[in-house]
Amino acid sequence: MLDLRAITAGYTRNAPVFRDVSLTVAPGEAVGLLGPSGCGKSTLARVAALLHRPESGTLVLDGEPVRRWRHRAPRAQRTAFGVVFQQPRLSADPRLRLTDLIAEPLRATGRREGSADRVAELAATVGLTADLLGRRPHEVSDGQLQRACLARALVLRPRWLVCDEMTAMLDASTTAALVRVVEDYRAATGAGLLAVGHDRTLLDRWCDRTVDWTALTGTALAAEAAR
Amino acid sequence: MTERAPVLSVRGLSVRFLMPGGRRVAAVTDAHFEVRAGECLALIGESGCGKSVLASALLGLLPGNAQTAGSALLGDLDLLTADERTLARTVRGRLAGLVPQSPAAHLTPVRTIRSQLQETVAALTPTRGRAALRSAAEAAAERAAFPVDHLDRHPHELSGGLAQRAATALALVGDAPLLLADEPTTGLDRDLVDRTVDELRRHVDAGGEGRALLMITHDLAAAERIADRVAVMYAGRIVELADAAAFFGTPGPRHPYSRGLLQALPDRAFTPIPGLPPELGALPDGCAFAPRCDRANDACAVLPPLSGTVACHHPHAALTEAADRA
Repeated sequence: MLDLRAITAGYTRNAPVFRDVSLTVAPGEAVGLLGPSGCGKSTLARVAALLHRPESGTLVLDGEPVRRWRHRAPRAQRTAFGVVFQQPRLSADPRLRLTDLIAEPLRATGRREGSADRVAELAATVGLTADLLGRRPHEVSDGQLQRACLARALVLRPRWLVCDEMTAMLDASTTAALVRVVEDYRAATGAGLLAVGHDRTLLDRWCDRTVDWTALTGTALAAEAAR
Repeated sequence: MTERAPVLSVRGLSVRFLMPGGRRVAAVTDAHFEVRAGECLALIGESGCGKSVLASALLGLLPGNAQTAGSALLGDLDLLTADERTLARTVRGRLAGLVPQSPAAHLTPVRTIRSQLQETVAALTPTRGRAALRSAAEAAAERAAFPVDHLDRHPHELSGGLAQRAATALALVGDAPLLLADEPTTGLDRDLVDRTVDELRRHVDAGGEGRALLMITHDLAAAERIADRVAVMYAGRIVELADAAAFFGTPGPRHPYSRGLLQALPDRAFTPIPGLPPELGALPDGCAFAPRCDRANDACAVLPPLSGTVACHHPHAALTEAADRA
């Protein structure tokens, strides 16, 4: 269970992006979080993925309260998450070849053994050819780079996936392909998913249930203020 | 729609990039299309298919290692052979306005929107004098539905939607007959996409007989919303050129690639086209889509020409003759 309770979070003191937001994702469940740009839904996703410490509220991960975020979080909790961001260019180290990009989490957690096989297996899953794996980010398209970023998110076999606008930059075919990869992974492993986006049609098609941001905050004020 | 004079007429446009080691990348090959007055043509395709290179070619913004062939007539002027002086003084902003892909990168970060609008007005129109520039800039902002009380803000103080409108306002200042919108809706949410493209459409319609819009996009919903005609690009070639109503409705697209693109939409089958687009540096001899196509056979080893509306050896049927003529 991924349980966010009464979370208040933001980036400046006394001016949180949102207050008292609660959201629960059951194991194996796919929840879509829908909202306009600038409403704070990505911040909530970052809190859920242990990437941003909230000002108040509790996050309970598989029955255990989370006390530390980011690099201070215990490895067992950190590696329970796979995260895919909106902009692959900003979330890929430009110096790494795609194969090293995908293998990076394995190296960071000391699991180099068998990493070549794991990368090859994932590359086939996300549809990257051997030729593409040898290239650096500037030599591939946005869609190809996002495929690599998804492979990187899956490489540690996370129990939870957080996809923050994963497909916002992508064309329809690549979108459908990446969603299928995520769903195949979830069917095989029973992982839970929090998919953040602004496309209701996509989230309704993709997820078990879609939650409207305004329903979580109880007010449309935050969304209006961001416009 | 009645036949109107083309604002932009592209004939046999090709762009090649010469790479180190003698490699050649065929970014655009033999593109033929027209954008008529009062019309919106949507150029769609997957990322990396050559759409943006085509836009850069039309504005003379290609890098130095590019070679072009063919012609692109805007009025009497061939954009491909025009020199930099002509492009800078008469084309950019005046004859062709660009709505950029990423307004955050297009706007100058250290100056307010008002200052950038006033500079553009002063450069492109005969308006002179501080008060006149100020009111002209405010009028320009209003045309793109940019709130006047936000004019004194810097780009980083604007949301994505407002930054997009600021960039659109800049593109509209010169009252150019051709608007080129290069992925104007990337990363915007659905409401903002609708508002942005509606504004572009309104600009075309408000111009009466004189204005045309070429919108480059991978957002099929945005294209469906405002386009009169659709050009589908795959691996640097235009593979289908169709009437938008027929393309998105019935009988639907004729090229298997176009059909696959539509079937990938979440409100349709949501199934991806198998495989990846080919590398533009190593295109096959025949139909570039054949390796991913379920209709492919031996005939596909020969490049299909764009005959009528579609470049394919096994197109899906056009149910009516009207669709054939579109």
